[in-house]
Amino acid sequence: MIAALICVISVAAFLQFFVSYCRSILASSKNIALSDRVREVTGIANQEVGADDFNRLLQLLRLCPERGDDQSEIRAVGTYYSLLAVLHRVSRPVAPRFAVWLEQERQSCSYFAAVALDRRISYSRDLFTQQISDRL
Amino acid sequence: MVWILGFLAEVAVVVYLISRRQIFRYYPIVFYFVCDAFVTCGLYYCVRHFGFQSATYSYFYYYTDSVLNVLMFCVITKFYQETFAEMGVGRHIRAAAVTLIVLTGVFSYAVVHQNRTHLTTHFVVELSQNVYFVGVVLTYLLWGAILKLHETRTRLIQLVLALGIYFSADAGSYALRNLFPGLEANVLRWIPPMMGVWLPVAWAYTFAHVQEDARLEPARLMVRAR
Repeated sequence: MIAALICVISVAAFLQFFVSYCRSILASSKNIALSDRVREVTGIANQEVGADDFNRLLQLLRLCPERGDDQSEIRAVGTYYSLLAVLHRVSRPVAPRFAVWLEQERQSCSYFAAVALDRRISYSRDLFTQQISDRL
Repeated sequence: MVWILGFLAEVAVVVYLISRRQIFRYYPIVFYFVCDAFVTCGLYYCVRHFGFQSATYSYFYYYTDSVLNVLMFCVITKFYQETFAEMGVGRHIRAAAVTLIVLTGVFSYAVVHQNRTHLTTHFVVELSQNVYFVGVVLTYLLWGAILKLHETRTRLIQLVLALGIYFSADAGSYALRNLFPGLEANVLRWIPPMMGVWLPVAWAYTFAHVQEDARLEPARLMVRAR
């Protein structure tokens, strides 16, 4: 009986801590505006970053040279996005309001990936500029 | 592999805090990770000399884990002090923490003493489950205080949330092991080592990437019912 109670409370606490932790990582990118360059590259020039854009943005991220300091946060957000995607698929027919919230969360994940891509593109350009100046 | 990852992340946190001269500010974390690194070396020694299935390894694992948990309560106390720093109640928090640690120690000793003739795996799993659950409760209360007091330091928020994930996953896995012993061999035995890696990695990330002066509105992290 006590073990069952501890189990239920721990799982509920785990979900709350995990969601809050992922949102604390996502919050760091929410106030950063996307540059025109990344909008052009991703084809999201005039519209908002969509919830389903995450995987495409992740593929573009992998094409850029790694900065070395953003891998762990991208992985954590990737795990969170996968969890949200599964929940979204399950909840859409039975709990539409919850599905709307999940959609917003997935959109935040995509925006985070777009900001990370923006940083990596800037980093690549800096590297390129540095190489050119070294040759000269 | 999991041990090596955890060990390296622990060393990274300690080296980072020393190199940034923050060792005195976060001394409970440094002390905890130094002790944890020594315990990891001890576990490796036990596996090499006595085997993974030996009683020596089991006793060493579960009892050092309990001691490390008591040290982790000191880390939580430090977070409480940081959260309530402006209210000037540091002395009360210290007194409450010492009382809690002494009570946990006395309670654990009494339970172990009473069961000394049959210190079975079931018993140590139950003890670990209870100790981790105390950690869950303490961290949850701290998280509640952070929300109530509108604490905005991103670093403190992320450290506490990572700790909450660590304690709740471990408490949940030990409780499930108690309820369904059959699940242990396949799934649940991997959760404590994974969480042993998670905590130092998450804290290493927080110390390295989140600036001391970074701010975050904690209410934005909560999921609200619509």
